[in-house]
Amino acid sequence: MAEQTTVATTGNVLVAEAMRQCKPDVMAAYPITPQTTIVEEFAKFAANGKTHAEYVTVESEHSAMSACVGASAAGARVMTATCSQGLALMWEELYIASGLRLPIVMANANRALAAPINIHCDHSDAMGARDAGWVMLFAETAQEAYDNTIMSVRIAEHADVMLPVMTCLDGFITTHSIDRAEMLDDASVTEFVGEYTPRYALLDTDKPVSHGNFSGLGGAYFEFKKQQRTAMDAALSVVKSVGAEFSALAGRPFDVVEGWGMDDADVAIVVIGSTAGNARHVARDLRAKGVKAGVLKIRCFRPFPSAEIREALKGVKAVAVLDRSESFGAEGGPVFLEVKSALYDLDARVPLVNYIYGLGGADVRLELIESVYADLSDIVSGTAAPSAMQYLGTR
Amino acid sequence: MKWDISRVNEWKSEEFPPGAVIPEGGNSHDYNVGGWRSERPVRDDKACTQCLLCWIFCPDTAVVLDGEKVVDFDLEHCKGCGICANECPTNPKFGRKAIEMIPEGCELPGVK
Repeated sequence: MAEQTTVATTGNVLVAEAMRQCKPDVMAAYPITPQTTIVEEFAKFAANGKTHAEYVTVESEHSAMSACVGASAAGARVMTATCSQGLALMWEELYIASGLRLPIVMANANRALAAPINIHCDHSDAMGARDAGWVMLFAETAQEAYDNTIMSVRIAEHADVMLPVMTCLDGFITTHSIDRAEMLDDASVTEFVGEYTPRYALLDTDKPVSHGNFSGLGGAYFEFKKQQRTAMDAALSVVKSVGAEFSALAGRPFDVVEGWGMDDADVAIVVIGSTAGNARHVARDLRAKGVKAGVLKIRCFRPFPSAEIREALKGVKAVAVLDRSESFGAEGGPVFLEVKSALYDLDARVPLVNYIYGLGGADVRLELIESVYADLSDIVSGTAAPSAMQYLGTR
Repeated sequence: MKWDISRVNEWKSEEFPPGAVIPEGGNSHDYNVGGWRSERPVRDDKACTQCLLCWIFCPDTAVVLDGEKVVDFDLEHCKGCGICANECPTNPKFGRKAIEMIPEGCELPGVK
């Protein structure tokens, strides 16, 4: 295990530190609340000579991701950060980055999408990009945001993957709250991530290549999409193996899904991001009262760990999936839809309910989580039937 | 070794270079783009002053030289953009340009 320093700081500062330690060659970003302090901190590193990265200030997120695409195709290790409207403005380049198989690492400080304008946390931004071909990791804490960032570099650049990675942390809750965390020393991170050796680099003039080609070559658009699917599927075991290696280095557990009390849980909440902490707090209190409550946190959303979720929820008597984003007109939120289809292959049906919560930073009070567990207990005891999707805590 | 794409239309998904990269340089000549053309350039050798502006301005490599003289167009790579005809200077002796664009197909024998 490596030497570590205990720090008290924000998730954004830790993400910026992790980025610096991973030694990117290019950082192109546009500031947007609540991501701003990531790029602000990184800009300070650039100004103070603490990173060799070329820091590109651009006029929009559309340009930020375009610059990242160009730099990555050139052969550089590239990073950026964004959120909300910024991520939305990157939409077309997100698909170009993944389609060109460019291992860009991007932090996303989860924030609601307008309208109405709102700067606070929810997962609408990231979930809107879930089909863009990016590996997606979610952090519960500042510590996880730091750890995920470092792992992302290895995942993105792995020869079987070569896909961009979005590493998400909850806006303000995780990005701006002062949290306790352990930081690895620079040398350990540098050694862990290693040097990036691009397979096809535009700047390697001894081996000329062209990127961004028309798919006229063999009319193969369909075939290239299949390659992306294969790479994304392969990413799951890469995420696990890089996670295991990082765990050994940092001494902190990592898995694509992380259970608490799941071994014997009767009732369980499936959740992504910072709310996992609230759920665990309530589950611990309920355990003291004899309720077998569990929490299943999804840390890797793309690729979606269906088999792991199926295994974890097998035998649970009632499950609630909490979604911090909407999929208007669908049967439930994005996480619910994925979990439900993962459970389809089980022989015994698990009663499953869905709650949309915390949109636009709406408070996730412990009473709300308690009410979810109470609903689940009612389903288990047969005093209530599983309901259709509900909004949790709206007026 | 040259990248062999002769059987590209039979390749399986995993045979293509990831990210649609073309992993070598100088191979655009291997790719026939003449089928995009709706007009073709026609050159009158008598009116041509051999100024070579067409050769300089051609965005592809479709103007064929023999030494320092224009002799032909490479219709496998001419996309019919018409830049050569646009840049071709009027020859004062003839009162017209040496290159003009004609609609593809219409003037060819046997093509309606």
